[in-house]
Amino acid sequence: MSIYLTKDSKVIVQGITGGEGSKHTARMLAAGTQVVGGVNARKAGTTVTHTDASGAEVELPVFGSVSEAIEKTGADVSVAFVPPAFTQDAVVEAIDAEIPLLVIITEGVPVQDSAEFWAYAQGKKTRIIGPNCPGIITPGEALAGITPANIAGKGPVGLVSKSGTLTYQMMFELRDFGFSTAIGIGGDPIIGTTHIDALEAFEADPETKAIVMIGEIGGDAEEKAAAYIKEHVTKPVVGYVAGFTAPEGKTMGHAGAIVSDGAGTAQGKKEALEAAGVKVGKTPSETAALMREILQSL
Amino acid sequence: MEYQAKELFAKHGVATTLGKVVTTADEAKAAAEEIGGVTVIKAQVKAGGRGKAGGVKIAKTADEAFEHASNILGMEIKGLTVNRVLVTPATPPVEEYYFSFLLDRSNRSYLCIASVEGGVEIEEVAKTNPEAVRQIPIDAGTGVDEAKARAIVEEAKFPAELADQAVAMVQALWKTFVEEDATLVEVNPLARLEGDKLEALDGKVSLDDNASEFRHPDHEDFVIHEEADPLEAKAKAKGLNYVKLDGEVGIIGNGAGLVMSTLDVVAYAGEKHGGVKPANFLDIGGGASAEVMANGLDVILGDPQVKSVFVNVFGGITSCDAVANGIKGALELLGDEAKKPLVVRLDGNNVDEGRAILDELNHPLVTQVDTMDGAADKAAELANG
Repeated sequence: MSIYLTKDSKVIVQGITGGEGSKHTARMLAAGTQVVGGVNARKAGTTVTHTDASGAEVELPVFGSVSEAIEKTGADVSVAFVPPAFTQDAVVEAIDAEIPLLVIITEGVPVQDSAEFWAYAQGKKTRIIGPNCPGIITPGEALAGITPANIAGKGPVGLVSKSGTLTYQMMFELRDFGFSTAIGIGGDPIIGTTHIDALEAFEADPETKAIVMIGEIGGDAEEKAAAYIKEHVTKPVVGYVAGFTAPEGKTMGHAGAIVSDGAGTAQGKKEALEAAGVKVGKTPSETAALMREILQSL
Repeated sequence: MEYQAKELFAKHGVATTLGKVVTTADEAKAAAEEIGGVTVIKAQVKAGGRGKAGGVKIAKTADEAFEHASNILGMEIKGLTVNRVLVTPATPPVEEYYFSFLLDRSNRSYLCIASVEGGVEIEEVAKTNPEAVRQIPIDAGTGVDEAKARAIVEEAKFPAELADQAVAMVQALWKTFVEEDATLVEVNPLARLEGDKLEALDGKVSLDDNASEFRHPDHEDFVIHEEADPLEAKAKAKGLNYVKLDGEVGIIGNGAGLVMSTLDVVAYAGEKHGGVKPANFLDIGGGASAEVMANGLDVILGDPQVKSVFVNVFGGITSCDAVANGIKGALELLGDEAKKPLVVRLDGNNVDEGRAILDELNHPLVTQVDTMDGAADKAAELANG
């Protein structure tokens, strides 16, 4: 088991013919993912050729729309590598096609576009991960995103992180134990899947024995996650928060001061997590060491 | 800045008085003469509390305008030098209200904040009398139409005789928020002037860089280059994501999260080494080519405060041998310019090949350390030497 993504997942790539889309389609295939096709309205009817994990050549069809791709291939996951200016349209198209999981890798999406597609997604059937994220990997089974597939193998740790490179760093630190699923949810102000969503899924996943949660300054996602952990999570959770010495970002004027009410600092997040019984490491390595202790005692 | 916010307000039909932006006392005098009557001379910097700092003065005559402008131009407010003043007609408010639209990160939507007890003490009001500061959620899908604007005006308890004006202003501010891709549009004070006229007397607009990039090329005009730190300006010209900080250990890393974490780990290690701190934030992103690495090192080594440099790279998609070659190429490019010690920590993809390249290079300035914590400790130690 794992969360959201398994070896049976059938993946399509929105923007499969672009530079990034093409490069990462090849990597996803090499990681064992069942990539079954892609979407680019202007190149519908053509194919792209890549090599799969066994070294065999695969010819992938390019479809005109997500709904056509789903109809022809039975795809249940889409990974979007479209430029920021076209991301909102691509997301709405995927939601309308009722794809169960949509991973948006694109960096630089205007936040009002994200707010609009998030509002549009409410009450619909699509789970969104991202934007501006490395995606999700269930090691040894499938990769939907850009996380390097060779860092760590399958194991008992569930990982959820705002940051891409800290996801990689943590997978590397705990590579001797391995991961059920590692998910990078993205650091944008508005994202689809949250820490809480991932915590809920890891709690329900029998293969996940313990959870690492990585946060960053800004917003109140970690504080909310801490409250959620206290109420609902029985599995051990270890946390890390980046940004204790980070320069203060753009302030939001009076309005920001009123809304944030002290939330958003690394120290505040650390304290909130500790108050919920989560052990928080001072550095990524120390965090990994805390998790190591827990795993050895299980 | 205020005058820029007002320009955007005016563009979208928000009632405001633009006044004149000037950079010399002579120009301020001329502007005051042109406007006539009593004027206000206001420092233009990106900081709050300008009035309390003495950056806002009333001028009864053009000569007084000259005098105030001479005093305000060149003064420092919260570390920022005042290079511009705004000259506007003095329009003393009868009442002061507060109004804003902003991104509501927590609810993944937008929020409107409105209060009829506005003015400079709005944060105080929010604390002592939160009921008077209305927070009204806005659905990002449906936005603000006339009916919603009217509902906002009613909930915020704007005086009935001003309701129609307020509804029009709320709609114009919403237009500003959406059409400019703002993350904040704030009016404070939203003033009730003599004759029951509503006007945005002062304001602030924060724009979304992601959207400005391809939807609003004109937003580039709002960037005030002279306020930027010279090292930050140099980094920006080279396309680097760099922020200058007050410390001694230069930092280069890949990925915002890892770089932020590197700053923390260095500050933590610095506690044992004379309190040295990270000197900057620099994220070179996924592909660390020799050129990007050289540009990054060039900026950091140009910081006179820097005593040592910590290069912290996790090879994810980028392989460590490419990064090592980048460092090698950068040191060759910089030649004798490079004089400060470099601590390099490479891990991840092709780490053995990467470390071998640096071992072979055997450069006197380069020390390799295998772990992030160990490397941070070494860099802090060298900076304290």
